[in-house]
Amino acid sequence: MNTRYLNPYLAGFLLGLVLLATVFITGRGLGASGAIKNIVIASVHRVAPSHAETAPFYSSYFKPGADSPLRAWLVFEVIGVLIGGFISGLVSDRLKLTTESGPRLKPQARWMFAFIGGALFGAGAQLARGCTSGAALSGMAVLSTAGFVTMMAIFGTGYVCAWFARRLWL
Amino acid sequence: MGPFVPDLISDQLNLVVALLLGIGFGFVLEQAGFSSSRRLAGVFYGYDFTVVRVFFTAAVTAMSGIALFGYFGWLDVKAIFINPMWVQPAIVGGIIMGVGFIVGGYCPGTSICAAAIGKIDAMFFVLGGVAGVFGFAELYPNFMNFFDSTALGSIRVYDSLGISQGAFALILIVVAVGMFYATTLIEKKVNKTAAPSLSFPVKSHFIAGSFAILLALVLFLLPDRETRLIAKATQQSTIDQSARIVPPDELAFWILDRETNFQIIDLRLEENFKALALPNSRNLKLGDLLGKESRDAFASKYLRKVLVADTENEERIALSLMKDLGYENLSLLEGGLPSFQQTILEHSSTGLDGSRWDADVVRFRTEARADILKQIETAKQAPAAPVKKAKAVKGGC
Repeated sequence: MNTRYLNPYLAGFLLGLVLLATVFITGRGLGASGAIKNIVIASVHRVAPSHAETAPFYSSYFKPGADSPLRAWLVFEVIGVLIGGFISGLVSDRLKLTTESGPRLKPQARWMFAFIGGALFGAGAQLARGCTSGAALSGMAVLSTAGFVTMMAIFGTGYVCAWFARRLWL
Repeated sequence: MGPFVPDLISDQLNLVVALLLGIGFGFVLEQAGFSSSRRLAGVFYGYDFTVVRVFFTAAVTAMSGIALFGYFGWLDVKAIFINPMWVQPAIVGGIIMGVGFIVGGYCPGTSICAAAIGKIDAMFFVLGGVAGVFGFAELYPNFMNFFDSTALGSIRVYDSLGISQGAFALILIVVAVGMFYATTLIEKKVNKTAAPSLSFPVKSHFIAGSFAILLALVLFLLPDRETRLIAKATQQSTIDQSARIVPPDELAFWILDRETNFQIIDLRLEENFKALALPNSRNLKLGDLLGKESRDAFASKYLRKVLVADTENEERIALSLMKDLGYENLSLLEGGLPSFQQTILEHSSTGLDGSRWDADVVRFRTEARADILKQIETAKQAPAAPVKKAKAVKGGC
C-alpha cells in the first residue's frame, strides 16, 4: 500500500470541520445507515406498497401526505459521499475496481464476509439508531451519552472478536 | 445564529446542503484512507491505528467547535439534535455492529466511500447492509418492544457522569492524546518497518498533541454562555438610558385599553405566577430569554417588552440581559409587581400628591382595578394559551 493518504490528524481535523459545519448550518450531525434504511423502505414500497403501508416498521413513513422516503437529508448526504469519495479517488489516483482483503483470504470469501458484515451493521444500526458516523462520531461531537455508549460497544466488541476473525485480516 | 434550519434554510434547500456536506464528508474520508478495509481493520490488530487518530481528532475538533460557537453565541446549542439514548438497544446494536465491523471491515459511511472508488468488497458490504436492514424490518414486530425499551431521552454524557461539560472535554482530550501516543508505540511494535505512524513526521504528533491539550484547558475553563451573560447582567450597575420605566398607572392603562403591542414578561416563580398573573403575561426564567422560543416571540422591535418581577432590581438584571442579547424596545415596571398590586389592585391612594388631578386618578384606578381583576379571573378560568414551541431540528439515522 504505497498510495499517499492524508496525514491522519489533518484528515481528522478536516472531518471535524465538516461535522462542525454540518451541526452549525443544519443543527444535526452526519450519518450513513439511515440512508440505507430509507432506500430499503422506498424499495419495499415500490415492490409491495400495501405491505409497506401496513407493516409496523415501514408504515410510519407512508402517512397521508408524506414525502417519499428518498427525499431525506441522509439520502442526499450519502449521494454526496459517493461523489466526494469518487472525486478523492480520482484526484489521488486510487480509482480501481478491486477487492481488498487479508493476505490469507480469497476474494470470493472476502465478498461473503463483507456481505455478512454489512448485514450485521445494517441490522445493528437500526437498533442503535445509527452507525459509527451517525451515532458514534456525530454523537460524540454533541456529547450525547448514546454516542459514547454506542462507540464503546462497537469498538469494544471489535476488539473482543478480533482474535476470532484474525484469519480475515492477518 | 446557527442552526439555520428550519428557519433560514428550508427543508428543500437543506437537501442541497446535505449533498454538499456529504461531498466534503466523502472526500475527507477517502483522503484519510478510510476507503481501505485493511486499513480500517488495522485498529483491531494494532498494525494501523489511523481510525483512532482520525476519529478522535474529528470528534474533538467538532466538539470543541460546538462548545466555542455556543460560548460566543454563534450557535444555539439548545436547538441542535442530540441523539437520544435507548440503553439496551444502543448496547446490543453496538455489539452487533462491532461484529459487523471486524467481519466486514467497513462501516456504512466508509463502505459507500470505498465503493465509490471501486472496491468490490465494499459493494458487497453495502448490499449486505441493505439485506440487514430489510431483514430487521421484516422481523421488526418481534423486537418492537425491545426497540423502544429503556428510553432515557437526549441525555448528555457529562450529565450521565455527573461532571461539567468543560471537565468532560478536558478528560476526553487528555484521553485522546494519550491514545495517540500509545497507538504510535503499539504500531511500531507490531510492524517495526512499515508502521503507518512513520509515514508522517513526528513533529505533527507533537503539534496535534499540544494543540489538543491547549484546547482542553480552554474548554475546561470556559463558563457556559448562560452563566456568563447572567453574571454580566447581574453585575451591571448603571441602568441603561434607553430603558423605559413604566409606572403602574401606565401599565394599568394599557391593560385596561386592551393594547396589543406590548408583552408582559413575568420573571417570578411559577407558583407565584399561578397564584396571581397579570393578563396576557408570560412566565419565563432568566435562562429562557436565551432560548429560541424567546427569540421567536420577542424579536420584533415594535413589540414593547415589559419586565415584571418581585423587585425592580430583578427587572433591571433581566433588562440588561435582554439588551445584551440584542432585544429592543424594553421596559420595566416601576417598583416591581408589588407596587402595581398596591397601587392598582388593592387601594388607590398611593402616590397621590394632593393636586386637583387626584380625584381623576382615584377614579381611573378604581375602574382599572375592577376591570383588571375581572381579566385576571377570566384568564384563570380559560385554558392556557398554547405556547408556540420552537421547531426542534430533526436528526438521527
